[in-house]
Amino acid sequence: MSPDFWIVITGILVAVNCGLLGVFLVLRKSAMVGDAISHAVLPGIVIAYLLTDSRSSIWMMLGAAVFGIITTFFIEFLHRKARVQSDASIGVTFTWLFAIGVILVSLFSGNVDIDQECVLYGDIAYVPFDLFFLGENSLGPAPVWMGSINMLVIALVVALGYRGLFLTSFDTGYASSIGLNTGAWNYLLMGAVSLTVVLSFNSVGAILVVAFLVVPPATAYLISKRLETMIASTVVLGTLSAVGGYLLADLWSASISASMAVFSGIFFALVFGYSLVGKKLRKRVHLSES
Amino acid sequence: MTAIEVHNLTASYDRHPVLWDVDFEIPTGKLVGIIGPNGSGKTTLLKSIMGILPIDSGFVKLFDKPLDDVRNRVSYVPQRQSVDWDFPATAMDVVQMGRYKKGKLFGRLSKLDRDIARDALKRVGMLEYKNRQISELSGGQQQRVFIARSLAQQAEIYLMDEPFVGIDAASEAAIVALLKEMRDEGKTVVLVHHDLHTALEFFDWVVMLNTRLVASGPLVETLTEANLRQTYGGKLNLLTQIAHLVKSQEFPVREKEMRD
Amino acid sequence: MDSNLIWVLIGCALIGAGASIVGTFSYLRKEALVGDAIAHALLPGVALAFLLTEEKKLYVLFPGAIIAGLVSMWSIQMIKKYSKIKSDTAIALVLSVFFAAGVVLLTHIQQGDFGNQSGLDAFLFGKAASMLPRDIYLFVSVDLIIVGLVALFYPYLKLYAFDQEFAESSGLPIRLLRFGLSVLTVLAIASGIQAVGVVLMAALIITPAATARFLSARMHHMLAIAVVIGVLSAIIGVYISYLTPSMPTGPWIVVVLSFFALSTFAFAPKKGIVHRHFRRIAHQRKIMDENVVKHLYHMSGSEKGIGLGVLSAERQWGGKQLEGAIKRLVSGGLIFTNQGHVGLTDDGQREGARIVRLHRLWELYLSERMNIAEDHVHQDAEAIEHIITPELEQALLKELDYPEMDPHSSEIPGVKEMKSYES
Repeated sequence: MSPDFWIVITGILVAVNCGLLGVFLVLRKSAMVGDAISHAVLPGIVIAYLLTDSRSSIWMMLGAAVFGIITTFFIEFLHRKARVQSDASIGVTFTWLFAIGVILVSLFSGNVDIDQECVLYGDIAYVPFDLFFLGENSLGPAPVWMGSINMLVIALVVALGYRGLFLTSFDTGYASSIGLNTGAWNYLLMGAVSLTVVLSFNSVGAILVVAFLVVPPATAYLISKRLETMIASTVVLGTLSAVGGYLLADLWSASISASMAVFSGIFFALVFGYSLVGKKLRKRVHLSES
Repeated sequence: MTAIEVHNLTASYDRHPVLWDVDFEIPTGKLVGIIGPNGSGKTTLLKSIMGILPIDSGFVKLFDKPLDDVRNRVSYVPQRQSVDWDFPATAMDVVQMGRYKKGKLFGRLSKLDRDIARDALKRVGMLEYKNRQISELSGGQQQRVFIARSLAQQAEIYLMDEPFVGIDAASEAAIVALLKEMRDEGKTVVLVHHDLHTALEFFDWVVMLNTRLVASGPLVETLTEANLRQTYGGKLNLLTQIAHLVKSQEFPVREKEMRD
Repeated sequence: MDSNLIWVLIGCALIGAGASIVGTFSYLRKEALVGDAIAHALLPGVALAFLLTEEKKLYVLFPGAIIAGLVSMWSIQMIKKYSKIKSDTAIALVLSVFFAAGVVLLTHIQQGDFGNQSGLDAFLFGKAASMLPRDIYLFVSVDLIIVGLVALFYPYLKLYAFDQEFAESSGLPIRLLRFGLSVLTVLAIASGIQAVGVVLMAALIITPAATARFLSARMHHMLAIAVVIGVLSAIIGVYISYLTPSMPTGPWIVVVLSFFALSTFAFAPKKGIVHRHFRRIAHQRKIMDENVVKHLYHMSGSEKGIGLGVLSAERQWGGKQLEGAIKRLVSGGLIFTNQGHVGLTDDGQREGARIVRLHRLWELYLSERMNIAEDHVHQDAEAIEHIITPELEQALLKELDYPEMDPHSSEIPGVKEMKSYES
């Protein structure tokens, strides 16, 4: 397989994984909580690296993902217990944890295999060289394996939890009236987001992952009238952004992951612009008819 | 037979006590209005009955059982404004939610489930809108979809929060007719209602609330001039001050004794 | 001290002050996170300005940043206004796409032949050490513009921040105010990225304001507190990163800032989490103490008091809790202990009468004013008797017209005396 193939596959995995969860973040108006989680797992990731010396220990990744859940909890705690306005409790929480993460990165840059660039936009370009070995045999790039396992987990969460997530996202009052624990469903989603952010970190870094979480679902939101359609369109948009972004990066000799994110932004701009023009046209037709 | 028994219920919203020692019973097969001014605790009462808000003291029994034993026999319709109608779902998607049950969230809906949802939508006169996205429905139509979801639950007690707010006269008439039908089938239908001027006459039973219970009973005997004055004539000054102290000092509104 | 360090300290303090002022307004307008989006969005502006001019002087990059910031704000507003997308998604979307565009440009620059571009990296996490004395002019001018405009339009801005609806109805030029604040916000953020970097700039906007709001609800207090915290954190953060030269400045400033914020949330008087925890314990103790006194009051008659064991058994009070209560009550002079027995002193008798009086008054109020059945009022009164203040007691007495009997036809102690005292 050519290296390019693995890079694009990794990009698609990240985009689809993030997009599937991002659908629910957007619908629950928690997009900025997703942003906060993606920043706040950084100290967890650095500590995980320090303790294991390896980039792909599943257990340490799970440990790092716990930071995401702690973030969710802390945001809620500041809002509920200290009564800090909810947007500010998000802002205070993630900047604080991210700052600690960056300090850890620069403190241990000698011992840890991550640098500031990696934090910002990952290094998806090195994916083909990060091989996963079983004994003597190479089984392909480790990030592709991690992304695939991640996808399995997310598919399971979304498929089995579809109705629970649907109900708790649309109507929390009704959901709790039939006995669902809305808090638990929220933590399940945020836990899956944390895990995905951590597993995507190598490829796209801690900040660009937000684009993968939010932009394709937001675009799909504009064109979908059912949840199923929104999920399907997100998957398609994410895949196209990954492929298109790769080509853009090649053309411009720029960061691949950032180009993928920019490409998803271009899709959004097109759909948003189209809907604006459509609205205007409809209005004009309406006016001339009456 | 008693459908709902609320016993000495005290409940707070954001630590502020809004229901104070409320105690009443509602018999089955009645169309019941919970009335009171804004901020009198009507919505909190409904949410406390449904176990959505924790209560400070007292208890609620439905058909003489705790909620968890009879959840499938109770249906709750939240305020229409409490959800985001831009959600990507069709009218049918929302009504089918009525067939989701706790512990039965996986697997496909059966043919029976889908038929029940269809019938419910038909009953509220919305079948031709089943594939319409909910944001493209009028306020009254959205409310009817909510009531259809509730019908699809096939419950015996229905608790509805302000179903007449912001809807057109035609929808209101249709909903009132439907509620009467449901009552005649022996269901217990409880509505939170804040408008005194419309549609009081169709209730069989009223619960009059203003932080405390003012009165509860059959419409004619209960809806008296004196009770109305107490319900809408402002708050009890001392009670308001105590409630304020409870919130600002974070005092427990019910005593829990300390034990080792 | 290094003379360069002094310039850096002054520069970062100026940045902290400006950001704290505009941050207070964005916080009150519940738009704190928009600041985060603006900060991220500056990156493509800076990169584009560099790409077009191949200069990395501040006077070139600064206007680029300002334009990008304004465009990002405008985009958020357009998306919110013309689609069903909600505020949080609009912010996250603009933030991440603009940032990605910035990274694309930046990596493009790094791949290309543009000579030394290390100055641009500083925009990501801040590199205050690269600050030059002449940059200070820029910061001073930005701060002067912010302070000047805020001072000039203070009453209007205050109204706008606290109550937009009222501001609108009173005929203020809302759109102009909004635009003015947007420009000030972008100015403050654009000048701040050199100290903190785009990623963490949000903290400089949000955290001082959130801390200040926790301590005061009054606008001018908030502004003062926010500025003090912003400036202090900038100075301390710069100094720490000066001591450890390999470190970027931004994260240290943010860590110091967060330290102030979190300790305020935890330890502030009245609202702080720790204080509230202790207040809850104090409430529990008060309830316990008053219950012990009340119980002894009901048991009174025997001069010798009653046995500790009896007391603890009758109410199933835990030994440790009871011990604590007795210790407190003895030192308060309300009870005496005598060979394992406890009894009320004269003061204790009066206190017991007061609590029983409050209990019965409240029971009466519940049954008379709230139509609550007599057999349902006891539990409520058990809690409320501990809350009623002397003022409320007077009000209750007046409202119920100095009643001598409670709903269970027990005497309400002390009312007779109070009535005669009153008349």
